[in-house]
Amino acid sequence: MKGYRQYFLKKLGWLMVTFVFAFMLNFILPRLMPGDPVAVITQKVTQGMTSQAGVTKIYEEYSELFGTKKPLLDQFVLYITNVAQGNFGISFSQYPRPVADIIGDAIWWTIWLQFPAILIGWLIGNILGALAAYLKGGFDKVLMPSSIFLSNFPAFGMAVILLVVFGITLKWLPLSGGYGFDQIPNMSWEFVWSVFLHYQLPFWSIVIISIGGQAIGMRSMAIYELNADYVKYSRFLGIKDQKIIAYVFRNAMLPQVTGLALSIATMVGGALVAEIIFSYPGLGNTMIKAITGQDYPLISGVTLIVTLMVLVANFLIELIYGLIDPRIKATQAD
Amino acid sequence: MNNTIKQVFRSPKFLVGFIIFSMILLTAVIYPVIVRDPPLAILGQGTFFEPGVYVSTFDTFQAKRYKLDLEDAATKRIAARLGPQERQDLKAWLVTAGVPEASIDTSDTTALMDLWVNTYDPAKSEGMTSAKRNYYERLDLSLKGILGTEGVIIATTNAETGLLEESDSFARDDFVNLNQIPVVRVLPLGTDNFGRDMLTELIAATRTSLLIGFVAGIVATSIGLILGLMAGYIGGIVDDFIMFVTNLFTVIPSFVLLILISFSIGQESRGAFTIAVVIGLTSWVWTTRAVRAQVFSLRNRDHVNLSKLSGHSIFRIMLKDILPYIASYVVMALILQISSGILAEAALSILGLGPKTTEVPTLGLMMNWAMIYSAHVTGKWWAYIPVLVDIALVSFSMNLMNTGLDQVFNPALRE
Repeated sequence: MKGYRQYFLKKLGWLMVTFVFAFMLNFILPRLMPGDPVAVITQKVTQGMTSQAGVTKIYEEYSELFGTKKPLLDQFVLYITNVAQGNFGISFSQYPRPVADIIGDAIWWTIWLQFPAILIGWLIGNILGALAAYLKGGFDKVLMPSSIFLSNFPAFGMAVILLVVFGITLKWLPLSGGYGFDQIPNMSWEFVWSVFLHYQLPFWSIVIISIGGQAIGMRSMAIYELNADYVKYSRFLGIKDQKIIAYVFRNAMLPQVTGLALSIATMVGGALVAEIIFSYPGLGNTMIKAITGQDYPLISGVTLIVTLMVLVANFLIELIYGLIDPRIKATQAD
Repeated sequence: MNNTIKQVFRSPKFLVGFIIFSMILLTAVIYPVIVRDPPLAILGQGTFFEPGVYVSTFDTFQAKRYKLDLEDAATKRIAARLGPQERQDLKAWLVTAGVPEASIDTSDTTALMDLWVNTYDPAKSEGMTSAKRNYYERLDLSLKGILGTEGVIIATTNAETGLLEESDSFARDDFVNLNQIPVVRVLPLGTDNFGRDMLTELIAATRTSLLIGFVAGIVATSIGLILGLMAGYIGGIVDDFIMFVTNLFTVIPSFVLLILISFSIGQESRGAFTIAVVIGLTSWVWTTRAVRAQVFSLRNRDHVNLSKLSGHSIFRIMLKDILPYIASYVVMALILQISSGILAEAALSILGLGPKTTEVPTLGLMMNWAMIYSAHVTGKWWAYIPVLVDIALVSFSMNLMNTGLDQVFNPALRE
């Protein structure tokens, strides 16, 4: 297990480095921009106020609250200490709720929606792609163009189409929200069923979108593997086709796992926008509320959490990859 | 070079993609030359006018009149008056009045009307609420009105007495010739929530979105190309550093960066061009990786070594000995970047972080407007379906071209 531990530590180190960097970007980017965020916020809060002294006072209070008057380094230390204590500040638009509280409510919806959807889309895509490479002919001729089409169709577009077809025209499934308007979250079957129904449309719109890209990737990987020497040699040896396919699938799978790690960031971005179409109570919806409300602390909190989610997902995939890649297994044996 | 181009155009995938893309591009370029309306001009005093031909009512009164004897005129009028809901209502009444349900066909207007006219009797509406009874009476009255023969009177107010005076009248068989009506406006895709001509707006938006995609693609590909060349060719510590940064930006979602930057720039200074550059600045990682990998496999080729021995500068070697070999790859990357740039703009706009709304429409902004005014919930399909189809066609055609190129330059993928 020594080799794997080394691999694990290396990946863990990388997770730390990327997180610190993302954290810094999250802090610096908004502060690099011209203009004074506190002035903008004050302007919003004091709209309609005539007393100049009052406006100045509010401005001072906000700069004190955010520490914008201090040097950048002190601000950074302040930010780190706050975040480390789980304190992302107070939301403007949903005053006086703390940002951490809002995100805490939203994050589980997003996690339970997106990661199963991306995983299932990935699985279906891989199976279809491998089938296309193996069967060729008509199946491939239909699957390829539709995969190209799907993989480049925006997630929000798929969301709108599913919403209109299944929600509005056929009236099979509810249009928006995470559960029925008449429900209060509890553990009854009725509530669970309502959540399940509301889950379907967002879920499938993400699944369908993820299928396309994965199918294309898997198809070209599998074609490449099918032409490899070991496949030809196995055929000469008279090994059963099914057995060969299993080998090919396993070999073509490895780059696809890495591919998932690399593309999960993009997928999460698209899926967040899809959430918005359904007003799903996840992070995507929190984000758009924050943007429309010019809610600075909330935006900053959500972006940090989304980044963290993606980084951790990435880390987990890398760990699984380490378990299944024979090359890393080989170093373990040493 | 010529040969390569010929080969590329022989790939059916590339050709299909190329034709679709050229047609979109041509429309975006030629249409504004012919139709000179400003794309954001507000025509409709109201939201979401349906697609169709809009004829000035005033002009139809003035135009020359013709008598046409059409037998099915009344049927057509009845059919237009009876929506699906009214047909169901008629059927419901007929069933309560004792007509067997199986004998009522709501899709056959003539039969339904005959049945109605013969059976309907206000006295039979027993057991209904008075609102329901009145509703049926009104419906019956309006249907009988359509079946009648009397015309319509046009009256104008006398300026002196303030009384209405009959100035004109129409019979049911009066017709005007559409060609003789001076003011007719065709709105092939209707209007949007602000009352703007959807088609003109859509084409202007396509143009802006293509430009945004193009600028974003150029920025991203240039950065990716330069970093990739440097990392791949120079190697060593430069490579380590560039790859470190690239790996960082691969895992940090570019979407998040895009949101952070766009939000920080602020609504006022977010022009289409700025958004394009920001998208470009956040999406170069893939090109860098790909170019680096390609250069890596090239840097020890004989002709590169020979060039090095001849004392050529690094710049020259990159330009003359390496770039031509990866050119096809870079073009493919550029195409993908353009298409993903268009999608990124659309996603940003849906979040409300798109370009400033007052100057130009973009595909994302149009989608955003349609969503904000819930066009999809209220069934105003013309406000979002054309936009979605447009986005899908643009990105589909570009990716089809890319796949075609891939198959030409990568023999393993050929069928």
